[in-house]
Amino acid sequence: MALKSVLTCRTPFTLSKVLEVSSGERCQSTSASNIVVQKVERGGRIDRKLEGGRAAMAGRAIARSNMRAGKRFMSTAGWWSHVTPAPRDPILGVTEAFLADTHPSKVNVGVGAYRNDKGKPVVLQCVREAERRIAGSKFMEYLPMGGSVKFTEFAIRLAYGDEADVLNDKRVASVQTLSGTGACRLFADFQKRFKPESLVYIPIPTWSNHHNIWRDARVESRLFRYYDPATKGLDFSGLMEDVKNAPSGSFFLLHACAHNPTGVDPSEEQWKEISQLFKEKGHFPLFDMAYQGFASGDTEKDGQAIRIFMNDGHQIACGQSFAKNMGLYGQRVGCLSVICSTPQESVAVKSQLQQIARPMYSNPPLHGAEIVSTILSDPELKDLWHKEVKEMADRIISMREALRFNLEKLGSKLNWQHVTDQIGMFCYSGLTEEQVDRLTREFHVYLTRNGRISMAGVTTGNVEYLANAVHEVSK
Amino acid sequence: MMEEGRKGRYTSSERRLQALVQHLSPSGSSLAGVVQMEVTASGPVGSVFEHVEQAPEDPILGVTVAYNKDPSPIKVNLGVGAYRTEEGKPVILNVVRKAEERLLADRSRYKEYLPITGLADFNKLSAKLIFGKESPALLEKRVATAQCLSGTGSLRVGAEFLAKHYFQRLVFLPAPTWGNHHKIFSNGGLTVKTYRYYDPRTRGLDYQGMVEDIRAAPSGSLILLHACAHNPTGVDPTPEQWEGLRQLIRNKRHLPFFDSAYQGFASGSLDLDALAVRSFVADGGELLVAQSFAKNMGLYGERVGSLSIVCKKEAIATHVESQLKLVIRPMYSNPPIHGASIVATILGDSELYAEWTIELKAMANRIISMRHQLHSAIQARGTPGDWTHILKQIGMFSFTGLNREQVAFMTKEYHIYMTSDGRISMAGLSSKTVPHLADAIHAAVTGLSFSRQ
Repeated sequence: MALKSVLTCRTPFTLSKVLEVSSGERCQSTSASNIVVQKVERGGRIDRKLEGGRAAMAGRAIARSNMRAGKRFMSTAGWWSHVTPAPRDPILGVTEAFLADTHPSKVNVGVGAYRNDKGKPVVLQCVREAERRIAGSKFMEYLPMGGSVKFTEFAIRLAYGDEADVLNDKRVASVQTLSGTGACRLFADFQKRFKPESLVYIPIPTWSNHHNIWRDARVESRLFRYYDPATKGLDFSGLMEDVKNAPSGSFFLLHACAHNPTGVDPSEEQWKEISQLFKEKGHFPLFDMAYQGFASGDTEKDGQAIRIFMNDGHQIACGQSFAKNMGLYGQRVGCLSVICSTPQESVAVKSQLQQIARPMYSNPPLHGAEIVSTILSDPELKDLWHKEVKEMADRIISMREALRFNLEKLGSKLNWQHVTDQIGMFCYSGLTEEQVDRLTREFHVYLTRNGRISMAGVTTGNVEYLANAVHEVSK
Repeated sequence: MMEEGRKGRYTSSERRLQALVQHLSPSGSSLAGVVQMEVTASGPVGSVFEHVEQAPEDPILGVTVAYNKDPSPIKVNLGVGAYRTEEGKPVILNVVRKAEERLLADRSRYKEYLPITGLADFNKLSAKLIFGKESPALLEKRVATAQCLSGTGSLRVGAEFLAKHYFQRLVFLPAPTWGNHHKIFSNGGLTVKTYRYYDPRTRGLDYQGMVEDIRAAPSGSLILLHACAHNPTGVDPTPEQWEGLRQLIRNKRHLPFFDSAYQGFASGSLDLDALAVRSFVADGGELLVAQSFAKNMGLYGERVGSLSIVCKKEAIATHVESQLKLVIRPMYSNPPIHGASIVATILGDSELYAEWTIELKAMANRIISMRHQLHSAIQARGTPGDWTHILKQIGMFSFTGLNREQVAFMTKEYHIYMTSDGRISMAGLSSKTVPHLADAIHAAVTGLSFSRQ
C-alpha cells in the first residue's frame, strides 16, 4: 500500500513532495527520496483527487513519520501544501460563472435571489424606510447571545400566528440566527448534543446545503422520498411509506412552503395526513421556512403546514429566513424556534441554544434584526411589506405562466404543466444534466445542474429567449 | 410538570394531552397518569427535549445581566469589554456614523448575498491593516482571508479548518485566557491544553513558564497567542520576549494562531500593536490570525472580523481559501454585509482612516488615564500591596489580583460588577467612578482579611 511504504520510509518528506513526484515533475531530492518515489509508484497511486479530509489524514501520517524519523527538514512547502482545492459550491458557483461570462444575452436563473422585471436586485421600500429610521439613532452594542428579543418575538408571531396558543403560553424558545442556514445549523448542533442517537431524515431532493449542515453537525442522516420525477409532483405515497418505516422518534426536515429546489408542496389535505402519521410515529418535525409570503403572496397561507402541525399538538422546531421575503439576503437575518412543553422548558432550551451560538459567533449581527423589528412593529410598514411581498410573489407567478405559455407556443411536445403547478421561487424543470450543460454552453443560460430554474431571474425581457433555449435542448 | 393555567384553567398543552389521554387510555385515567407515561409504541407523549437542563449564564455576559437587574442608584459595570465614555455611555465613532451615512445615501447599494468568504474589499483592507501594506506575504499574494463573524467567528472557522486539514489536534491556550476560547476550539474539533502565562505573584508574565510549556509541547502544536492587550490579564510580552517566543515557536515547528481583538486599542498605535504578528510574518513562516473590529471600530453588534491564513505560496493560499468556504457554507453560508461595508468604507478612504486613528488614540488614551487615576486613588487610600500592575498592564482589562470572595464582596456591598476572576474592564471606569472602585478595593482587601472567621 502506498501509504505504508511512505510511513516506513526514513527520509522525511512532505505530502506535497510526494504528490509532485508522483505526477512526474522533476524532483531535486536525494537518492533516498527516490526510494520513496518508487515505493509509492509501485505500491499504488496516491489519489490526486483526495478530499480535504483524506489528504489531511495522509498529511498527518507523513508528518508523524517525519517527527519519528527525528530529522530536521526545511519545509519549503509549509503546512498546507496538501490542501486540495475544494469543489465550487453547486449553487453559488453558478453565479460566479455567470458573472465571468461576457455574452450579451446571458441569463442567470441560478441562485434564488429575487430580481425585478428589469433583472435588477431589489431593496424593498419598507426596508429602505426602516433603515432610514434606524440610521444614526442606535448604538451598536452586542446583542445577547440569543439575539434581539424584540426581533424574535415578532418573528415567531409571523411563523405561528399572532393568536397562537403556544405563544400565549410562552412556551416557544426562540433565538435569532444567521439567516436560514444558521437556524438549521444551530438546530442540528442542538439535536446532536441533546439527542445524540437520533437520525435526521432529509427529503429527496433538497437544498444541497442541508446535507452539509447535518454532516458538519455529525448527525446521521437518511433520505425520504419526496419528488416524483414521473409526475414532476409530490410522491405522496412514497413519502408516507418512508415516514411510516422510519424508526419512531426520528427527526424529519420539512420545507414549510415553496420546496427548494422542486417547488412541489403537499396540499392542505396531504399535510394533515402527514401530521397524523407523525403523531402515530412520534416523529419530530423540523420546518425550514425560507419563503413565507413568497410562495402564495400570503404569509398566513404559506404558514399553513406549520399551523396544521402546531394545532395537532406537535412540538415542532422552525427555522425562518428573512433573506428572500424581506430581501435582506446579505444581512443574514433568521430565527430558530422550538415549541416546548412548558415555559420553564423553553427557557432551558433557549439557554442551551445560546451555549451553542456562543462559541460559534458569540451573538448575531444587529443591523438586519433591527430592520425586521422596525418593519414588523409598525402597522404601516408591515402593511407595506405585505403588499411588496405579494408583488414579488405575483411577478413570479406571472413569469411561470409566461414561460409555460411560450414553451407551448413553440410547439414543445413535452408536458410543461409543472411550471405553473409548482410554487415559489424555483421550477424543477426536469431537464437533465446534459441538457443543462447545453443550455449554459450554447445559450449562456445559467442554472444549477439539477435543472432548477430560479423563476425570480425570469423577466418579460428574457422569457422568450429562455423558453426558446429550453425548447432547443429538450426537443 | 403539568401546571394549572390561570384561574384554574388548563393550558392549551394540557387540553391537548387531556384529549390524547381519552384516546389512548380506555379507562379514561386522569391527566396525572399521563405524566408518568414513558415513550409508548406511538412515540413520546411529551417533549423530546424534556431532559434539557438550563445552561448556566455565560460568565462574562452574565455580569451585565446581573448589573442591569441591580436597582441600586450607585453601581458600576466593569464586566464586559465594551468601551464607555467618561459619561459611561457607549460610543459610536464619528467615522462610523459618516460611513453609515454614505452607505445609506448610496441608492445603488443592494443587500445581496456576499460571497462565502465575504466582502472582497473588506478582506484586502483588513489584511493590510494587520500585516502592513508592504507586507511580503500580501505582495506575494499568499494570504487567504475570509470575512467572519467578528473575533469569535474567525477563531471558530479557523479551528474547524485546522481540525479538518492540519495534522496536529492540540491547541495550547494561555492560562488564563478569554473564557470563550476553550469552547470555540473544542467545539471546533480540537483538543485544548494550556501553557503558563500569568504569574499571580508578580501580576505579570510568567515568561519562564511560558517558554518551558511551549517547548514541551509536541512539535507542530497550535499555539494561541493574543496579539496585544491580553484578555483578561492585560499582560503582554515585551518586544524582546516576543522575539524569544518567535524563535522558540519556529524551532519547534509550532503553528501560531493570533487573536487580534485590540489592534490600535492597546498602545494607541495600529502599527505598534501589530508588531508581534508582523514579526512572525517577516520570518517567512506560516500563521493564522483572527481579527475583530468590535472594539477598535466600536462595531460590536455588527459582528465584523476576518480570518487570515498566511501560507508559503500563492497557489496554496488559493486552495486554502476554497476549503475555508466548505467550513463556512454549512455554518452560516455567507457573512453579514453591513458592518464589513462600514469598515471597508473607512479603511478605504484616507481621510476617514486618518480620522479613525485619531478617535482610536483618544479611546486608548482615556483608558490609560483611567489606569493612572485608579492607581493614584488606591495609593491615596494606603491600600496594602503592590498595585503597579494596574499601570503596567495594557489594553481594556486589568487583572486586579482580587479573589472570588473579594469580588463577591465588592459586588454585594459596593455594587461593582466584574468577572469573578478579578478582571475589570478599564473602559467601564470614569473619573466619577474611580473613587468608588478604589473604596471597594480597599474594603475588600483590608476589611475581609479582618472579618473572616
